[in-house]
Amino acid sequence: MNRHPVSVVVIGVGNDLRADDAAGLEVARRLFEEPGIAVKVHGGEAIDLLELWRSADAVVLVDTVRTGEATGTIHRFDATSNPLPLPLQGSSSHTIGVAEAIELARTLGSLPQRVIVYGVEGARFALAGELSDGVQRTIEPVADAVREEARALLARQPPNRPDKPRRARPTTYGRSS
Amino acid sequence: MSGSESTRTIRTDFLARVEGEGAMFVQIDGDRVRDVKLRIYEPPRFFEAMLRGRAFTEAPDITSRICGICPIAYQMSAVRAIEDACGVAIDSGPIRDLRRLIYCGEWIESLGLHVYLLHAPDFLGYPGFVEMAREHPQVAERGLQLKKAGNTVMTLVGGREIHPINIRVGGFYRAPPRAELSALIDPLERAREIALATVRWAGELPFPDVRREPELVALAEPGRYPIDLGRIVSDRGLDIAPAEFDTHVVEEHVAHSNALHARLRERGSYLTGPLARYNLSFAQLSPVARDAARETGLGETCRNPFQSIIVRAVELVHVCDEALAIVDAYEPPDAPAMEVQPRRAVGHGATEAPRGMLYHRYALDHDGTILDARIVPPTSQNQLVIEQDLREVVQQNVGLPDEALRLRCEQAIRNHDPCISCATHFLDLTVQRG
Repeated sequence: MNRHPVSVVVIGVGNDLRADDAAGLEVARRLFEEPGIAVKVHGGEAIDLLELWRSADAVVLVDTVRTGEATGTIHRFDATSNPLPLPLQGSSSHTIGVAEAIELARTLGSLPQRVIVYGVEGARFALAGELSDGVQRTIEPVADAVREEARALLARQPPNRPDKPRRARPTTYGRSS
Repeated sequence: MSGSESTRTIRTDFLARVEGEGAMFVQIDGDRVRDVKLRIYEPPRFFEAMLRGRAFTEAPDITSRICGICPIAYQMSAVRAIEDACGVAIDSGPIRDLRRLIYCGEWIESLGLHVYLLHAPDFLGYPGFVEMAREHPQVAERGLQLKKAGNTVMTLVGGREIHPINIRVGGFYRAPPRAELSALIDPLERAREIALATVRWAGELPFPDVRREPELVALAEPGRYPIDLGRIVSDRGLDIAPAEFDTHVVEEHVAHSNALHARLRERGSYLTGPLARYNLSFAQLSPVARDAARETGLGETCRNPFQSIIVRAVELVHVCDEALAIVDAYEPPDAPAMEVQPRRAVGHGATEAPRGMLYHRYALDHDGTILDARIVPPTSQNQLVIEQDLREVVQQNVGLPDEALRLRCEQAIRNHDPCISCATHFLDLTVQRG
């Protein structure tokens, strides 16, 4: 049995010029120094995510979402075996969104063995606006949660078997303040 | 689909695979098309106002934000126009080669994106790329690989793959050493193989037998396929410098669209983009690209907009070849940028974005402050022809059921790869029959 280190990539998705849409990028930037974890920020088309996670065993994505929950609410979803639920799917102004990128990779067999998505509930998306207070307060707690998640994934035994099917449902953590 | 016997209405509330925001309206009386309107919203108008009062050095970075798909096109037209105003023309040498190289990267990325992600699902009968990928994973992978190759070029030369940060008036902030560019050889050679496979694959797709005769307008340069500079020529005798664009092309506002409609003065609508470039500069394509085109049965001219997917594939072969040739011959410039001193003048720049010609004009003050800017993107120029195409497509297929007609209309729009760059995309397609 080959044992290779589990490679874990954390990808912050968003746009620095669109206020709360920068949440994922802000979270990722707080993890740049984390040893053993590849941390990337992605502001382009979701289709390019397939390349960013192509060789990873596990990926943690952090993005801004709008589901109608209170600003700053943190959503966590395990997309390893199931598509993102509709409220977390969001939209893209270009070709495909994050949810479709995950499904595309699943279809093409290039999805990492573990896929965790963190969504930060945003409220403000104006051009050149700053993070809203609710999102600003959430950045550190999400960064802590993602760091913990990434470390746990990194410490995992390299899988030689497909993951057991797991019940997938969005977990909503309480709003941190 | 809904409506009474006399009036039928089709709506597409979320048309993916078109960049940006817009709506289309088709009205049919009996078997006659009464009205076709493509309504789109174009952000460049706001950018033109935003540019006023900014420094001449800021134009490439500000305008690159107009489009995430073709930022290089905006940067390149901007630097050409600013340099023109300052009396500088970088028409040869390593800085121009590097510019052309990164532009090739954008073409590979954008043409690959359009052929596979936006257009292919129309031909293979899928609502979107993800659905297509399920049954044609190899086709989907080819698209992803091309996009990746383009990204690699953009990142290496431009610093990052989207809104590159290495481009400035006069050249670059940093010119890569020769050894760095060598890293592009393998990905570009693989991309060329994929591009050749793309031409063969596209040539086998089913095409409606149509022929359109709009005036075709593109840049042209002796000995080179038009990408980063050239004179503006047409198949009906137009041959002008970019500085004359203003006097030959008028833009007018129409009530149903926020984008201005461009037309040639006293001549009317015209088409820019792959078909125009191909028809006007076939002889300048690389030999491999020309052979690939001939092998599919595509002649030296192509007047069927549905076959633009083959033309894009042929152009993909060409830009891979050209990028490889640039990498092979590259010697770094002595300095990454030429010094460009501002002066009070007006400058013009036109380059070929993947989807068509992009014109910029800037008026500068003595200190380089931008006094006025004009940007005419390809989609504004093509809008009238797209509407004319739609009218003919609807007229020729008026007997089709609504759903089939709607799909054919969408495909006809995508033939021209309109880029309606905007924060959200929403194309609402309405067909009314009365």
